[in-house]
Amino acid sequence: MAEIVLPTKALTVNPLKASQPIGAALAFLGLAGTMPLEHGARGCTAFNKLFFMRHFHEPIALQTTAMDQVTTVLGADDNVVDALATICDKNHPSVIGLITTGLSEAQGADVPRTIANFRAAFPHHDDVAVIPVSASDTRGCLETGFALALDAIIAALIPATPATVTRPRQVNVLVSAMLTPGDIDAIRTWIGAFGLTPIILPDIGDSLDGHLIPAGFSTLTYGGTPRAAIATMAESVATLVIGRSIEPAADRLRHRTGIPDWRFPGLMGLESCDRFTQALAEIAGCPIPAAIERGRGRLQDALVDCQFQIGGARIAVAADADLLATITGFLGGIGAEIVGAVASARAGFLAAVPSDTVVIGDLEDLEWLARDRGADMIVTNSHGAPIADRLGTALLRAGFPIYDCYGAYARAWVGYDGSRRIVFDIANSLSAHYREIRPYRSRYWQGTPRDEELRGCTPC
Amino acid sequence: MKPDDILALMNEPACAHNAKTKSGCAKPQPGATQGGCCFDGARNALLPIADVAHIVHGPIGCAGSSWDNRGTRSSGIETYRMGMTTDLSEMDVIMGRGERCLFQAIRQAIESYRPPAVFVYNTCVPALQGDDIEAVARTASARFGVPVIPVDCAGFYGNKNLGNRIAGDVIYRHVIGTREPDPVPPAAQRPGITTHDVNLIGEWNVGGEFWNVAPLFDELGLRLLCTFSGDSRFREVQTMHRAQANMVVCSKAMLHVARKLAEDHGTPFFEGSFYGIKDTSQAFRDFAGLLGDPDLRDRTEAMIAREEAEVVAALAPLRRRLAGKRVLVFTGGYKSWSVVSAMQDLDMIVVATGTEKSTEEDKARIRALMGPDARMIADNDQTALIATFHECTADILIAGDRYIYPALKSRIPFLDIDHVRRIGYAGYSGMIELARNLDRAVHSPVWDQVRRRPSWTPPTA
Repeated sequence: MAEIVLPTKALTVNPLKASQPIGAALAFLGLAGTMPLEHGARGCTAFNKLFFMRHFHEPIALQTTAMDQVTTVLGADDNVVDALATICDKNHPSVIGLITTGLSEAQGADVPRTIANFRAAFPHHDDVAVIPVSASDTRGCLETGFALALDAIIAALIPATPATVTRPRQVNVLVSAMLTPGDIDAIRTWIGAFGLTPIILPDIGDSLDGHLIPAGFSTLTYGGTPRAAIATMAESVATLVIGRSIEPAADRLRHRTGIPDWRFPGLMGLESCDRFTQALAEIAGCPIPAAIERGRGRLQDALVDCQFQIGGARIAVAADADLLATITGFLGGIGAEIVGAVASARAGFLAAVPSDTVVIGDLEDLEWLARDRGADMIVTNSHGAPIADRLGTALLRAGFPIYDCYGAYARAWVGYDGSRRIVFDIANSLSAHYREIRPYRSRYWQGTPRDEELRGCTPC
Repeated sequence: MKPDDILALMNEPACAHNAKTKSGCAKPQPGATQGGCCFDGARNALLPIADVAHIVHGPIGCAGSSWDNRGTRSSGIETYRMGMTTDLSEMDVIMGRGERCLFQAIRQAIESYRPPAVFVYNTCVPALQGDDIEAVARTASARFGVPVIPVDCAGFYGNKNLGNRIAGDVIYRHVIGTREPDPVPPAAQRPGITTHDVNLIGEWNVGGEFWNVAPLFDELGLRLLCTFSGDSRFREVQTMHRAQANMVVCSKAMLHVARKLAEDHGTPFFEGSFYGIKDTSQAFRDFAGLLGDPDLRDRTEAMIAREEAEVVAALAPLRRRLAGKRVLVFTGGYKSWSVVSAMQDLDMIVVATGTEKSTEEDKARIRALMGPDARMIADNDQTALIATFHECTADILIAGDRYIYPALKSRIPFLDIDHVRRIGYAGYSGMIELARNLDRAVHSPVWDQVRRRPSWTPPTA
């Protein structure tokens, strides 16, 4: 059981945390034909848009209600109505995700009433779903904002009906913010191998996987879960839930529909993958496909091949709670020692992290832990690069944002194949940073050519 | 190389193997042979001389798959890591251009890298063709003014061990004794401490492991004229004849060099090892003994007491985790018992040990360490080795890199003790590293994961 250490510092240095609104926006970016709309000052949205643009190398659909000093004081409800109407007129979305920010929350905006005003004033936009999410950036982190949005999407788009399994080969998949587009594709293929059709919510694997479309640029999302598909989720045979941060959303879906669910903290490492495979076999009622068995055997081989390098490696990890718990669990399972765990915000399940403590903190905390405890590798987002340089450790980039590396979003961490690639990457990176025994230079070399050699080690 | 010369090299009066027939070590069985050739052995022995240009004379097969594949480390210059070969082509062979190729190769190596010496390794094809590499070496040396040392070590002459002997012989005949040592630098002198010059023979500095031990030599006032050949330089090898004492490290094949130095220069020598606490201490005691310096002896004992106390304290937590674990040691030769002793230092149980290259004397030491019923494995068959591992219900296999993947495929924890590793196990601190790696390997959570059947497999399957 890890002890949760709460921050005592007045100053956050090198923040690990990204805000709840940005996480909520990410969830909406996984819905088809969607525009996330942040209710706040224009800067929030500009920063958030750039954050995702640099991470995904994609144009990012994101709008703002552009509160200014007057509307902040006198009320910004009109900004919301105006923004909704403008987006509907200009972009014809299927869904608008209306996300509050610290500013509008502090102001006390009554979003449901504002939406009612919008509906009354613009009945011809009734076909556009407007999904409000209360996501103040004074609480939580990216991952919890994402979870709140997912919950709101379920509340808004899935009717409360008793379960009627009319689609016995269809499964719902609820995913947390820790999964990359590459992960989601891997999960889709995994489920497909059992003859099942997944409806993944939200599906950033379809919208943010980085693909060109004939139409060229689009102001809305480039794909994602279609509203029509979400509406059929009540007819699925089962729900698979990946990540602990989205449990409230999963609870809501189960209460609404009565569909049984299988929950998985994460899908990295042999045991987690086996549990998922087992669940799919039970749901589909079919034997394990040969390709999956082969992938399993390959992961096992990689585990034994790389254990020399990874065994006992001292690794410090900083990430949002779900990702932190999943990665540390995975690393512990392949023989690494977690010498530092930093989470951006609290979560009940952090106690299960295989480390003596989990610090709720920033990347300065990570740096201190990694330095004090002699880490060989740090795992965090791209802001970890200068830290790894300073400490001379290896770096594995994970989480948000990753801005100094092409295709990070396309990497699959989950599944037998994804886990195997990560095992290789970790082993390679550790190997490249392996600290060999330092050369010893004898006192008896003074004044000999051996001494001269030290100044220039390359052959002339 | 003439058969008589080969036979002469196999006759090693200082070797305990020598009582047996003169076929050398066991003859290779076509179709069931593991292990390298004579060229492999000769180059391995000399490659760690870091500032030399090592040219492999032959088609690409010899150097192409083996250059820069050693774990040996240099503290400075790294010319030895440049793969150099004449890369003989079909036409070179047909037209008999091998010698000319070699001469030009030597020129290029000297012009590009300015080495203090060039070593030329002969291989099967030019040996078969009859290239006179000695003549080429002589000519090139005279022409370019750089020593060019011919190492006639074609693979078909024999096994790796013979290659080691050839290497030692070449060095003895061509290099040792061609220069006098530098005077001891005044700044390195300490009042009351006499500096003694010594050599190590057969120490390869794998993963830089000798650097764990080297500071202790400095501390005691033992100047290493040459650590033949790990992290050594050509000009140091030249001075080896002036040492006052030699230590042959873990290698029967290099006894030849030590014996010749004893015969021709009267330098006493002993055989020892830096693996394990007891052996490391014993090596320093033996030096002090051979040098006959009472003050050195006292300082050696004080150093040993200090180092041993330190390492024992550091090992305590690891020893608790390793005590009672069953280990199968399969290293052969000298290491067959020196590693056994290191394992016993950790309170581990050695269930069996390999004796493929061990002498009767080695076996006697094994029996002394492990008891009269010690299980010894003479065979080098991998399948049989794995079976023995399971029969002995061992927890970990310690062996050379040839055995690594058969062991891993069999889901067996493994520790590599061969010469390509990057981890240094020598000396007192090396023992801690060894224990740490044993602990990691034995207790890796991976073994459980790869041995357990998946939930969807019926238990009987």
